[in-house]
Amino acid sequence: MRRQLEGSLAVADTVARCRPRVVAAYPISPQTHIVEALSELVASGGLAPCEYLTVESEFGALSACIGASAAGARTYTATASQGLLFMAEALPNASGLGLPMVMTVANRALGAPINIWNDHSDALSQRDAGWLMLFASSNQEAVDLHVQAFALSERTSLPVMVCMDGFVLTHAVEEVDVPEQEQVDAFLPDFHPRQSLDPDHPVTIGAMVGPEAFTEVKYLMAHRQLRALDEVSAVAQEFESAFGRTSGGLLQPYRTDGAELVVVALGSVLGSLADVVDELRDEGLAVGALGICCYRPWPFDEVRDALRGVTDVVVVNRAVAVGSGSILGQDVRLSAPRGTAVHDVVLGLGGRPVTRDVLRRLVLDVVTGRVGSDSLTFFDLDHDRAAAELARELADTVPANGGGS
Amino acid sequence: MKLDVRIHGRGGQGVVTAAELLSVAAFDQGLHAQALPSFGSERTGAPVTASCRISDRPIRSHDPVSHPDLVMVQDLTLLRDPAVLAGLPDDGTVLVNTRRDLADLARGGLVMGPAQHWVTVPANDLSRELLGRPLPNTALIGAVVGITGLLEPEAVAGSIRRRFAGLGEHVADANVRLAELAYDLVATQTRGSGTHA
Repeated sequence: MRRQLEGSLAVADTVARCRPRVVAAYPISPQTHIVEALSELVASGGLAPCEYLTVESEFGALSACIGASAAGARTYTATASQGLLFMAEALPNASGLGLPMVMTVANRALGAPINIWNDHSDALSQRDAGWLMLFASSNQEAVDLHVQAFALSERTSLPVMVCMDGFVLTHAVEEVDVPEQEQVDAFLPDFHPRQSLDPDHPVTIGAMVGPEAFTEVKYLMAHRQLRALDEVSAVAQEFESAFGRTSGGLLQPYRTDGAELVVVALGSVLGSLADVVDELRDEGLAVGALGICCYRPWPFDEVRDALRGVTDVVVVNRAVAVGSGSILGQDVRLSAPRGTAVHDVVLGLGGRPVTRDVLRRLVLDVVTGRVGSDSLTFFDLDHDRAAAELARELADTVPANGGGS
Repeated sequence: MKLDVRIHGRGGQGVVTAAELLSVAAFDQGLHAQALPSFGSERTGAPVTASCRISDRPIRSHDPVSHPDLVMVQDLTLLRDPAVLAGLPDDGTVLVNTRRDLADLARGGLVMGPAQHWVTVPANDLSRELLGRPLPNTALIGAVVGITGLLEPEAVAGSIRRRFAGLGEHVADANVRLAELAYDLVATQTRGSGTHA
C-alpha cells in the first residue's frame, strides 16, 4: 500500500514483514528510528515470533546476530557511523563464516570531529569486510532492497548491508509502497540455513584454519563474492516480476546512451542528479548518470560496459581515503575503459548538501576544464577558510623573532 | 505544478512536523510530496530548518529546498539571518509568524522585495488562545493553504487530526481550528493587500 511516511518507519515495517526471528541492535543516530520502531513492533506482538535483543553495544549486537544466524534464525541489525566501526571486529566473521543476515547502515560520517550527518565514510570503510553492500537511492528503493537483501543473503549464505543515507532518507517523509505481508511471504521463502548449530546434530562453525588451507578458503570467499553478482541481478529481476517495479540490481544507468560525460554516484544523490541530467540534456549537453546500487561485489564488467564510449567520467565521492585519495573513485578507475578521463571529486562530506546547483556546477566545471582528471578535487571546499588555516599552520612552524615567544 | 516550501523556526515550534503535515495533506489529495528535515543537534530554541516539496509529478531529488517558492518563518527574530531568505525568487512568498503588520516591520528595518508577497499571521497569539501555548505550526499551515490555494483545507484538517490523534480529540480539534483561523485571516489579508496570492 502506498503511504506517506518517514523512511525509517517504512524500512522498519518492511523488515518486520520479512519476519526476522532475531533483531539485535544498539541505537545510534540516524539509525535510531528504525530499531525503535522494530522494538515496538516486537513488544506489541506486531512482529512475532521474534526476539529483540537489547545489547550493550554494536559489537554485542553483531555478535548476537552471528550467534543467532549460526543457530539458524533469520537475523537483522542496523547501525551507523562509529557504531559500524564498533562492529568491525565481527564483520569479517559474519561473512567469513558464511552467515546470512541483513544490516541497515544509516550512512553517517565518521568522527573525529564528531558529526552526526550523512556521508558514506562509514560503509565504505568496511568495503573489504566480505559483506554484500547495496546502496538505496530513495526510500522506495531502501524498502525494496531490504526484501531483496534477505533473499540474496540466504541464497548466497552471505551477510548483506543495505546502505541508506542518514537523515536524507531515514528522516525524509515521502511516498513509499510498503510491500504487503502476503507479497513478502510469496517472495521470501522460509530460511533454510546451509548449516546450523544444533545440539542434536553437532557441527563446528568457525574452526581454526592454518597456513595449509587459509589461502584456499580466502580464494573461495573471493570467488563466492563475485559469483553473488549474478544473484544480485537475478533477485532484482524476480523482484520486478513479483512487485511490478524496478529496484536494486547492479547498476542504474540514467540517459547514458550517447553520453560523452557520465557522473557516477552512490545513494540518494542520484535523484537530484537525474534532474540535473535532464536539465543539461535539454541544453544540449550529452551527459548521463550511472548509479551504483551494488557496491560490493564490485560489478567490474558491467561498469566497464556502461562507460564504454564515454569521454569523461565524474565520480562523486562522499568519503575520503585520507593519505590516498578516493574510495569509489578507485573502483571506477579499475573499470574505466582505457583513455577515459576519470575526474575524481569529493563533495557532500558530513552532511554538506549536494544540491542540484552544486551538481550542475560540477558538470559544467568538468566540461570547461576546471576539474582535472589527474588528482583528487575537493569540489565544495571553502578554499579561503582552508588556505587561512594552512597559512596559520605554516606560520606556526616558522620560528618568529628568532624563536622567542 | 509545484510548490517548494522552506520552513525556518526554532526547536520546539514544530518545524519538522509542519513540513510533514503539509506533505501528508498533499499526498492525501493525490499529489506527490516530500518532507525533509535538516536536523542539527536538536535543542529547544535552536534554529531548525525543514523543506517540503509538493508536485503533480514524482519527486526524485532529496536535496534541501534551495529555491523556495514560499518561506515560512516561525520566529520573527530569525529574519536577521540572511540564510532564511536565501534563494527566494523576486516574486517569492514569505509567511511570517508575528502580530506586527507589514508596515510596522518595514519601519523596523525589514527589507521586502517589491514583487515579493509578504504575509503575516499572529500564529503564537492564536495558539495561546486555543492551546494555551505558543505552538505556531498548525496555524501557519492553514495560512499556506490560504496563500497558495494548492491544498484542500479538508486534506490538511485530516493530516492534522491524524498527527495529533494520540494527544486527544480536543488537541486535534484545536489544531484544526488554528489552521482554519489562519486560513481565514490570510484570505482577508490577501484581498486587502491587492498583491497576488
